[in-house]
Amino acid sequence: MNFDFSDDQKQLRDQARRFLTEKCTSKAVRQVLEGKDTYDRALWKGLAELGFLGVAIPEDFGGSGAGHLELCVIAEELGRVVSPVPVASSIYLAAEAIMLAGTDAQKRKYLPGLASGETIGTLALFEGKGRLSPAAIKASVANGAVSGTKSPVPDGEIADFAVVVAHSGSGGRESDIALYIVDLKGKSVERRSLQSIDPTHNQAEIKFNGAPAELLGRADEGWTNLTRVLDRAAVLLAFEQVGGAERTLEMGRDYALDRMAFGRPIGSFQAVKHILADMYVSATLARSNSSYAAWPLSTNSSELAEAAAAARVSATQAFQHCSKQNIQVHGGMGFTWEFDCHLYYRRSNALALGLGNISYWEDQLIDRMRTRNTEAA
Amino acid sequence: MNFDDTPQEAKFRTEVRGWLAANAPKALEAELKEASLGRIKLKHDDVLKVSKDWQKKKAQGGWACPQWPKEYGGRGSTPIERVIWQQEEGVYGKLGAPFLIGQGMIGPVLMTYANDEVKNRYLPPLAAGDEIWCQLFSEPSAGSDVAGLRTKAEKDGSDWIVNGQKIWTSGAHYSDYGLLILRTDPNVPKHQGLTMFFLDMKSPGVEIRPIKQASGASEFNEVYFTNVRIPDKQRLGNVGEGWNVALTTLMNERFAIGSGVSTGFPEIFDYCNSLMTDDGPAIEDRAIRSKLATWATRTSGLKYTTYRTISALSRGERPGPENSIGKLVAGSMLQEIATFAMDLQGGAGVLVDKDQQEVAGQFQKMVLSSPSARIAGGTDEVMRNIIAERVLGLPGDIRVDKDVPFNKIPTKGRA
Repeated sequence: MNFDFSDDQKQLRDQARRFLTEKCTSKAVRQVLEGKDTYDRALWKGLAELGFLGVAIPEDFGGSGAGHLELCVIAEELGRVVSPVPVASSIYLAAEAIMLAGTDAQKRKYLPGLASGETIGTLALFEGKGRLSPAAIKASVANGAVSGTKSPVPDGEIADFAVVVAHSGSGGRESDIALYIVDLKGKSVERRSLQSIDPTHNQAEIKFNGAPAELLGRADEGWTNLTRVLDRAAVLLAFEQVGGAERTLEMGRDYALDRMAFGRPIGSFQAVKHILADMYVSATLARSNSSYAAWPLSTNSSELAEAAAAARVSATQAFQHCSKQNIQVHGGMGFTWEFDCHLYYRRSNALALGLGNISYWEDQLIDRMRTRNTEAA
Repeated sequence: MNFDDTPQEAKFRTEVRGWLAANAPKALEAELKEASLGRIKLKHDDVLKVSKDWQKKKAQGGWACPQWPKEYGGRGSTPIERVIWQQEEGVYGKLGAPFLIGQGMIGPVLMTYANDEVKNRYLPPLAAGDEIWCQLFSEPSAGSDVAGLRTKAEKDGSDWIVNGQKIWTSGAHYSDYGLLILRTDPNVPKHQGLTMFFLDMKSPGVEIRPIKQASGASEFNEVYFTNVRIPDKQRLGNVGEGWNVALTTLMNERFAIGSGVSTGFPEIFDYCNSLMTDDGPAIEDRAIRSKLATWATRTSGLKYTTYRTISALSRGERPGPENSIGKLVAGSMLQEIATFAMDLQGGAGVLVDKDQQEVAGQFQKMVLSSPSARIAGGTDEVMRNIIAERVLGLPGDIRVDKDVPFNKIPTKGRA
């Protein structure tokens, strides 16, 4: 039993931190924030060259095959710097979906491009407002072509292909839902970028007008596979959220040590100290829940379902709490465009919705705890 | 990261299971399972006696204090083996409550500060549960500011004469010995005038009175000292260095408390799983699920934080103040859960009448007892200060009494 990353994984973390501190500066993030580009191409290339994108992709398919614990380590570092690159869409979602449900031929076709960063993938799931459920999926596939509108699709403007959630039968039932791989560069696909609270990540609306669709996994297991992909992505994003939560805690702590008021550092006032102590508590709980979930993620154990939901709920709450309170500790300066506090605040609130909102994950957690209790009884 | 047992850990677990299967008091299993929030009620047996019997049996089998060195009645187990023992001991671990303070906090202090004679005399019976220890730190005018304590010890030959009053002493009424911090010099600043001792709780001049708490129960005591004689050889550490000794205990206290805290979550989850509301099963209600999910992740987060600490201990690192979060999170959670459960019961939630109340009024008891969880062993505010100062490195508070001789510190608020 060991609840810690290995020395090699810690070295990887140090390497990633050095690289990102140099390349993913506030200035670089703001290029995307202010609309000068849809993502940071140089950073994306650098991440690919260091092999970070392919750490969890097997060697046979163009990755390094190091594993998912390594990907968790990298995710945490990406979260610390509000990285403006499509890692979640392309790696946590698209690559995971293909590794989970793809045929050998599909893995050979798509994974090497994702690992090298030459191809960007995403997951086209949401169709506007409402709960994440089979009944909410209206996009449909007939004769090998998909029709319907997906919105918002993360990194939808820049992705080369999407894993599209659509139904093949009468719709509404879980067994009617299937996953399809769709080329987004074809003529029968229209896409446009949408404004969001976090412009450091692209969001788009995609209209499919009979676009060729390649089945991914069994036609009647689409929803099950989707759920499993979301669980896997939830753990990886939880590490991004933990990284963001701890970084905002550090920002708040540093500011409280330097900022003087009433002749003392504001960090000497208990009212400020207690805000920071509570941030530490929520970040620590999130780190512990996420660490626990990393293990079943890396070993494909059945404990993943409950652990992923717990990590997701805990890390979402922690990042939202810490990024919000970081602004509070900074006072007026925290509400300026110039200070970076809002980058994290924006990101925390965007991440809270990207994989299904908190009530979806609360539901998943309670359902899965009940299942475990029933099985134990 | 690897949560599976190593081959050695698996072997140890098998050994533990084998011993427990042959020795655990299985007749009590059902009653112990139902015990919640540290309250055990047995129909036919005295809890203290049953606890002592179980501790004795463990001692005979070599399982009394797995993490202690063998020479003092322990087993010399690794931190991980201690966790495995706790996991396997399960509900029977609840019987360890009377020994927790002595074994968890005072034992380590004796090991650090006592001479060999004292260690050999007192540690083995403490491990075996033959002798129970309590901790006498808090006073009526020294709570969060425990270094402001006033119970004094004056040297008289090779003895010290003690006068004053301690308060909030758990288990004083059944304890054999106590760890006691006293003011030996009122003319120097407060932290410098303290000295640590231990004493026989049956010493002449010691008087123990139970405190009737706000909840109506009596779990703590006041202890009065009138010209109590303590031999100088029962001093731990140097004269005037009691504060450093106390810090060792307090950190162990937070670790001991933090690692096994009651959160109330298992109780509320079970309750909601079986409760029918006007709108259907409570567990299907989205608003209820949302609360449960948050509490579930706080509870699992604490558990895995402890496991991460154990991993740090295995690498030879000392448990640090980061363990303060256990008590801080669990205390307020208990209160939230209790009021939420009562709200689910509607108007009848007010009743504690046994015939009227669901689940034996456990949430009503919880609401009345939970304020102490946020005060005992360091208030929520003290815990937050510890995290802010010792984990995050923020400046300490401005202390106006820091360099003032103790007997010159003002004691009155509004004149």
